[in-house]
Amino acid sequence: MSRGGRSGERPMVPVATFDSYYGRPVIKSPVWRSPDIPGYLFLGGLAGASSVLGAGASLTGRPALARVAKVGSALSTALGGVALVHDLGRPARFLNMLRVVKPTSPMNVGSWILSTYGAATAVAAGTDVTGLFPRVGRVSTMSAAVLGPLLASYTGALLADTAVPAWHDGYREMPFVFAASGSAAAGGLGLLAAPLDQAGPARRMAVIGGTCELAALVAMRRRMGLTAEPYRDGRAGSYTRAAEVLGLVGTAGAAIAGRRSRAGAAACGLALLTGSAATRWAVFHAGLQSASDPRYTVEPQRRRLAARRSAVT
Amino acid sequence: MPADPMRQNSTRVDPVSMGRVRQNENPMDPAAASGYLDPPARVGFFTDTSICIGCKACEVACKEWNGVPEDGLQLTGMSYDNTGGLSADTWRHVAFIEQRVPIGANRPEALAAAPAGGTAAAGAGRGAGEAQQPAPVQGRQAVPAGAQGAAPVVAQPGLRWLMASDVCKHCTRAACLDVCPTGALFRTEFGTVVVQQDVCNGCGYCIPACPFGVIGQRSGDGRAWKCTLCYDRLTVGMEPACAKACPTQSIQFGVLDELRERADRRLADLHRAGVSDACLYGRDPADGVGGGGAFVLLLDEPEVYGLPPDPVVTTSDLAAMWRRVALAATALAAGGVVAFAGRRR
Ligand code: SF4
Ligand code: SF4
Repeated sequence: MSRGGRSGERPMVPVATFDSYYGRPVIKSPVWRSPDIPGYLFLGGLAGASSVLGAGASLTGRPALARVAKVGSALSTALGGVALVHDLGRPARFLNMLRVVKPTSPMNVGSWILSTYGAATAVAAGTDVTGLFPRVGRVSTMSAAVLGPLLASYTGALLADTAVPAWHDGYREMPFVFAASGSAAAGGLGLLAAPLDQAGPARRMAVIGGTCELAALVAMRRRMGLTAEPYRDGRAGSYTRAAEVLGLVGTAGAAIAGRRSRAGAAACGLALLTGSAATRWAVFHAGLQSASDPRYTVEPQRRRLAARRSAVT
Repeated sequence: MPADPMRQNSTRVDPVSMGRVRQNENPMDPAAASGYLDPPARVGFFTDTSICIGCKACEVACKEWNGVPEDGLQLTGMSYDNTGGLSADTWRHVAFIEQRVPIGANRPEALAAAPAGGTAAAGAGRGAGEAQQPAPVQGRQAVPAGAQGAAPVVAQPGLRWLMASDVCKHCTRAACLDVCPTGALFRTEFGTVVVQQDVCNGCGYCIPACPFGVIGQRSGDGRAWKCTLCYDRLTVGMEPACAKACPTQSIQFGVLDELRERADRRLADLHRAGVSDACLYGRDPADGVGGGGAFVLLLDEPEVYGLPPDPVVTTSDLAAMWRRVALAATALAAGGVVAFAGRRR
């Protein structure tokens, strides 16, 4: 049986080293669009981690940092929610997300997290800015700080719980990549917008988050093997490299210069924010690329089958 | 499989009490597992591709009956398949594969020697004689299959056509259904998987979740669409339109357990006749999706037909994913505590 290279008289058929149906993808590519979905992933991470920063700043008497973190998370949550609804095929039916409670659907669970968290973070920001209802403000600040980390992390399961090879195969590390990336972004926002004398925790969160983000990305790609290739190639590859450079520069800069210069801190903050966004775009495009190439679906499954068969015999 | 609590159905019972009420419960019966009390027997398709003639009657019948819109009239340029694949607007897709393969002399005869009608209980006689692979080409002359009884037994370069009608597998463990956040996708009493179009909000989650690339988003409509296994026809005791239209009975509809037995007999016949490549795909309840309600007999590897060789429902790793999410969220919070534990600026 001829394997691959079934070109013969059909020049349109791509030459491949594995079998496929005329090079067509096996699975369907996600219909999710950029910037909606990678944008939401970024904003959700930024918001979730900012709420932790905001609560800590409130508790430790850093009102300016608290203001930045709370308002930042409320705005990113609102924008992220709009992006999500905009991406729906039937936006008017977005509330159908909440007609069931369904743990097998990370999107359903995420909708519940997002809506409860969104209410908490909006009240936290509103009370902070207006100074009204301080007790309500404290409760919602703490609620947002508890739900925020979940919002920043669940998106890992959201993507991984698909048949998309570059997403599913990274399910062990993806939540960590996103949680760390969210921390880096939240720290970056604090560095960018909070005064230096209150930005210490933001700087430390940025350094921790940025370091962990890069480490988790490396670990994920190393373990995935073949299906990590899309993270290196094409558009996803460009975003990955951007994420690495910006993350490295931002993290190192924050550690070295973030304490001394206001401008330096702001520049590092900006680098971390864009680096975190680049991570989400890299993951997003890697998924699309892996879905549209049947090789990433067929080859790992073939290997799995072969391993199982040789284990049996 | 979670029952959709918002969908009321007279045969539904509370999943909690279900275990006590039901007797003879079959753990592999997805309808019972979804909370139906005493559901009808699970039904499905057995598609025997060894007798498919690639006429595409199933594609047409499906479009007609289900009112599936036209989705472009284009030539793919790759084979006689100008449909391309399953999508929101193609619920039956006939794959057409032309292969240059060394044809062992026994091959076409073998297919003719194991007429499909003999194993298809309902289809005895019909299509049995005609059930054959397209002829191999020798030189420029096509030789009818089955007419080569005395041909020399030498493998020679040849050409073969594989045709296969593909459809939603109505998986026992269906990823599309698991991940649907609105409950629009649900399990019917027949064990099939159907989208409630009045509920679907077009989130698109089911689309990359399906390991077979079946379900798609309809452009201009925004919602997800796929084969319903003719739910409307089933409820009035009719067989699905594609099976009804198939002139060779390559598509066989029936009670799943009976179809599995029939397929096993057909496979044994083919193997006995020397068609050693024949295999059943999606028949095994122990596979990664718990077996399909729709399964096929193939004559080559699944990926040749555009099917994944070892599909696994993505939610089989979901518990581990949620654990990872919990860990990552905890780590984020811990990082926050550390960030504030340091110096005072
Ligand atoms: S084949 Fe795909 S669309 Fe059909 S039931 Fe299985 S997962 Fe759902
Ligand atoms: S697109 Fe519709 S059917 Fe598919 S997961 Fe979303 S709501 Fe469910």
